[in-house]
Amino acid sequence: MTLKQQIFSIIVSLVVFFFTIDLVRKKRLREEYSLLWLGTSILMLVLIIRYDWLLYLTSLIGAVLPTTTLFLGSILFLVLLAVQFSIKISRLSNQVKDLVQENALLRYEFEKSRIANEQVVKEN
Amino acid sequence: MSDTIVIIPAFNEEHGIASVISKIKAHAPDFDVLVINDGSADRTKAVAKEAGAIVLTHNFNMGYGVAIQTGYKFAHEKGYSYIIQIDGDGQHDPTFISELLEPVKNGDVDFALGSRFLWFDSYRPSFTRRLGILFFRKLVTVIIGREITDPTSGYQAFNRDVIKFFTTDVFPCDYPDADMLITLNLAGFRVREVPVRMFANPTGKTMHSGAKPLYYMIKMCLSIFVTLLRNRKLYRR
Repeated sequence: MTLKQQIFSIIVSLVVFFFTIDLVRKKRLREEYSLLWLGTSILMLVLIIRYDWLLYLTSLIGAVLPTTTLFLGSILFLVLLAVQFSIKISRLSNQVKDLVQENALLRYEFEKSRIANEQVVKEN
Repeated sequence: MSDTIVIIPAFNEEHGIASVISKIKAHAPDFDVLVINDGSADRTKAVAKEAGAIVLTHNFNMGYGVAIQTGYKFAHEKGYSYIIQIDGDGQHDPTFISELLEPVKNGDVDFALGSRFLWFDSYRPSFTRRLGILFFRKLVTVIIGREITDPTSGYQAFNRDVIKFFTTDVFPCDYPDADMLITLNLAGFRVREVPVRMFANPTGKTMHSGAKPLYYMIKMCLSIFVTLLRNRKLYRR
């Protein structure tokens, strides 16, 4: 890996890391979603600094170039992220469904008791 | 309060709903009628109320399965013993509700499914639709080991046990037909088909249009597949 590549990669991973921390700090990102991002940027940083580990990993998965390993890693990361979102969205849709149903039932009860109240008021 | 409630899921049915309700009221005056207004943009809610139905309203359109489950939850909460489920677009002939309810009320079965194919002068759906129905008919028949002729029918009647079962997460809200029958079978409910008359949809509006039938078929197959893979404990009552 050339020095230029190394510097660029370090900058990218540091930017991702601190940007994520900042988002969590400002409450714009929840902790549970930040973990995957932080984990990936730390892993990237480690692999760039300990280049021999990256080489070992590359030979382990049978890739030729270390950059391939990094790209593969980032694709894997994106896939994981997408799956995490799908799971979350499924859960959210289910919760929205339950809420809409609950709301329909409560609204019925509410309107019924309001009409009953109005009648009582009229009679008095 | 009656012990039987007729539930009608409705999405933009302001033109057809009143006649469906009045036909039900004429045929079975003792039954309560519940319309689940599934986020309609038209006057469905007002029209149904005027016709004398109880109306529950979803804030936005959630789909057929969610709407009928809202009805089940209502019926369960209010302690109804029987549900009759009928479409709001006038496809299902309301004069058949007593025939449909009879085996359930007698205690012969837990769930009665209205079949258009067992009645001699029901309309014949389009060729592609029939092909789809035929496919699921064979599939369901093989899986549950009993002949089911109209697995996509939404004209149904069932008892309190099934109502309770359907208010849980087990109920397949996406497209509750073939999949639901298999779920019922896994849970050990007794299902029987009853001949009913169905008309062609007067408005021509359908849930299954465009590329949707293909999507529907794939999704239903997947749904049936994972239903069979699930732990049987889930379906214990």
